[in-house]
Amino acid sequence: MAISPSTPADVAQALSIHGYIPDEGLATSIFLAMTLHRPLLLEGEAGVGKTEVAKVLSRWTGGELIRLQCYEGIDVSQAVYDWDYSRQLLHLRAAEATGESQGLSTDDLEAQLYQEKFLLKRALLQAIGNTGTIPPVLLIDEVDRADDEFEAYLLEVLSEFQITVPELGRFSATHPPLVVLTSNRTRDVHDALKRRCLYHWVEHPDFEREVAIVRLRVPQALDSLARQVAGAVETLRTLNLYKPPGVAETIDWAQALAALGRQHLDEAVVAATLGTVLKYREDQDRTRQHGLAALVKQALERSLATS
Amino acid sequence: MAVAFARILRGAGLKAPLGSVIAFVDALGQVGMQERSSVYWAGRATLVRNPEDIALYDHAFAAFWTDLWQLLPTVTTEEMQITLAIDDDNEDDGADEDGESETNEEPMITLRFSATEVLRHKDFATYSPDELRSAQELMTQLRFIGPPRRSFRQRPNRHGRRPDMRATMRASLRTGGEPITRCWRDPGDRLRRLVLLLDISGSMEPYARAMLRFVHAAVSGRQRVEAFAIGTRLTRMTKELHSRDPDLALARASERVHDWSGGTRIGECLRTFNDQWGVRGMARGAIVVVLSDGWDRGDPAVLAEQMQRLQRVSYQTVWVNPLKVTPGYAPLARGMAAALPYVDSFVEGHSIAAMQQLAQVIAGTGTRTQR
Repeated sequence: MAISPSTPADVAQALSIHGYIPDEGLATSIFLAMTLHRPLLLEGEAGVGKTEVAKVLSRWTGGELIRLQCYEGIDVSQAVYDWDYSRQLLHLRAAEATGESQGLSTDDLEAQLYQEKFLLKRALLQAIGNTGTIPPVLLIDEVDRADDEFEAYLLEVLSEFQITVPELGRFSATHPPLVVLTSNRTRDVHDALKRRCLYHWVEHPDFEREVAIVRLRVPQALDSLARQVAGAVETLRTLNLYKPPGVAETIDWAQALAALGRQHLDEAVVAATLGTVLKYREDQDRTRQHGLAALVKQALERSLATS
Repeated sequence: MAVAFARILRGAGLKAPLGSVIAFVDALGQVGMQERSSVYWAGRATLVRNPEDIALYDHAFAAFWTDLWQLLPTVTTEEMQITLAIDDDNEDDGADEDGESETNEEPMITLRFSATEVLRHKDFATYSPDELRSAQELMTQLRFIGPPRRSFRQRPNRHGRRPDMRATMRASLRTGGEPITRCWRDPGDRLRRLVLLLDISGSMEPYARAMLRFVHAAVSGRQRVEAFAIGTRLTRMTKELHSRDPDLALARASERVHDWSGGTRIGECLRTFNDQWGVRGMARGAIVVVLSDGWDRGDPAVLAEQMQRLQRVSYQTVWVNPLKVTPGYAPLARGMAAALPYVDSFVEGHSIAAMQQLAQVIAGTGTRTQR
């Protein structure tokens, strides 16, 4: 059965049960995407949890997660469908060997070859051609990496929710999939595509929400550790780094600390685990310049100030 | 009510196409209108499409929400006026410029042909307005090709090295299922992205307008070009320059860029570019061209650091300096000196001829000038 939430608050609650804590804006956008059957375009810094939205939606609704990773040069045979050529050739050979093809016209042969059993369905066709009762979740990841031509095609698919295979006919969705697109803004996604979609810019979470996320995703970390890590990350984000840590890094860091059996941040352990949060040498240098002791101190103060 | 709000947004300079407004109405139907925050988020999901527009939206929304409960009619009339005023402006601009070019048309043409050679080598800074105009026309004729890079997408090619199963299968049907004619394919070529960063600070004033024309020629002339203005801050002007009509494009770009002839913080601007666009993907494998005289009021260390970052991700970095041609020029400007180690090609940019040379450098056929 397809789930239909009745308010954005329902969405927020359901997602947090399944391991994702959205803010109000994101919950509203998801709610609208589900009720209005529109694709949802998520943009934001790397590591703020854009891809995760699709995964949690799939866990919640029970719909199959179908992922299409975009890259430059992606085309129909990789995104929509392809024919299984080796099977087609084998089929022709077999037909010849058994004498079945004798007396068949080219058209008949062709009709034999272009049947659905020789069709390799790729992500888009899988999502559109699904016959289940639960609509699948279609994740179109990093759509900005694909070329403009592909985007135009995507626009057509997402507005009609149908795909035409010239040799076979038209596939249309019985239950339109729940579509999540993500973009890192390496280039602007075309306006026409954006117009089809609901749009949400995903922000870094605020302190309390980040603590909640760490608690949820790293249950073995103590509350004090979660608060300190979130506090330290908050400070790191103000240091003008090349790549300010996202939520993904915060979770990684908390996991690393928990695995080391730490319950508090201190200078030595921060120095040892800095590589899980900061992935540029220059960023690490800058943080050391700022002072690891100062970072730990700020994190401690932050973690106590609001509790 | 939704329509009235869309009006306000349009008045504030945000595009709100009809489709989005309809989606907004639908969305309101779902979340209701009782709570400020649900109306706010419903509007943001349906009407906003760029993070840059969020501030605008917030502003318009705040105005709208307070007014909504007080005087709805006044709001609409007021906003009508603003929209009209903007329209008037545009029309006026267009009309003015059309008029000018019409009256100047005949003398312009003769001037252009007789003086082309002289113009080609003349310094932009010493141009008269008329000369500038015809120089700009010359510039429109520049075309940029640039070294291709291998694309992932494959194209049919008789001499290719990868089997094209789909076409082979099709062809085999003609021979009763025997794949006699074999088809091949090969990866095609793609243009590399070209990123132009134009310095529009006070010290560049004599050159910036002419160079903007150059940038426009690049943006409208081929695909995959991005253009930014750097001054006290970074402004993206790719969209504004997309129009084929140069006057319209330049007018739009000038409107968009607020810090014409102000100070320069090249390092800071490059940092913003790297953080928000470049390192994420726009500059990766691209040809990055900085058009600047290198006078930077910021910290040269920042500039050096950011240029280094840029060079690490890009295919080629080109620095165009209009002052380079000055006899006895040495890159003494602190910013220029700091950036030079991370520049692959350092070229002149004071005249049409120099710009043509630049186009060649971009195309990979020109001689690379040694630093």
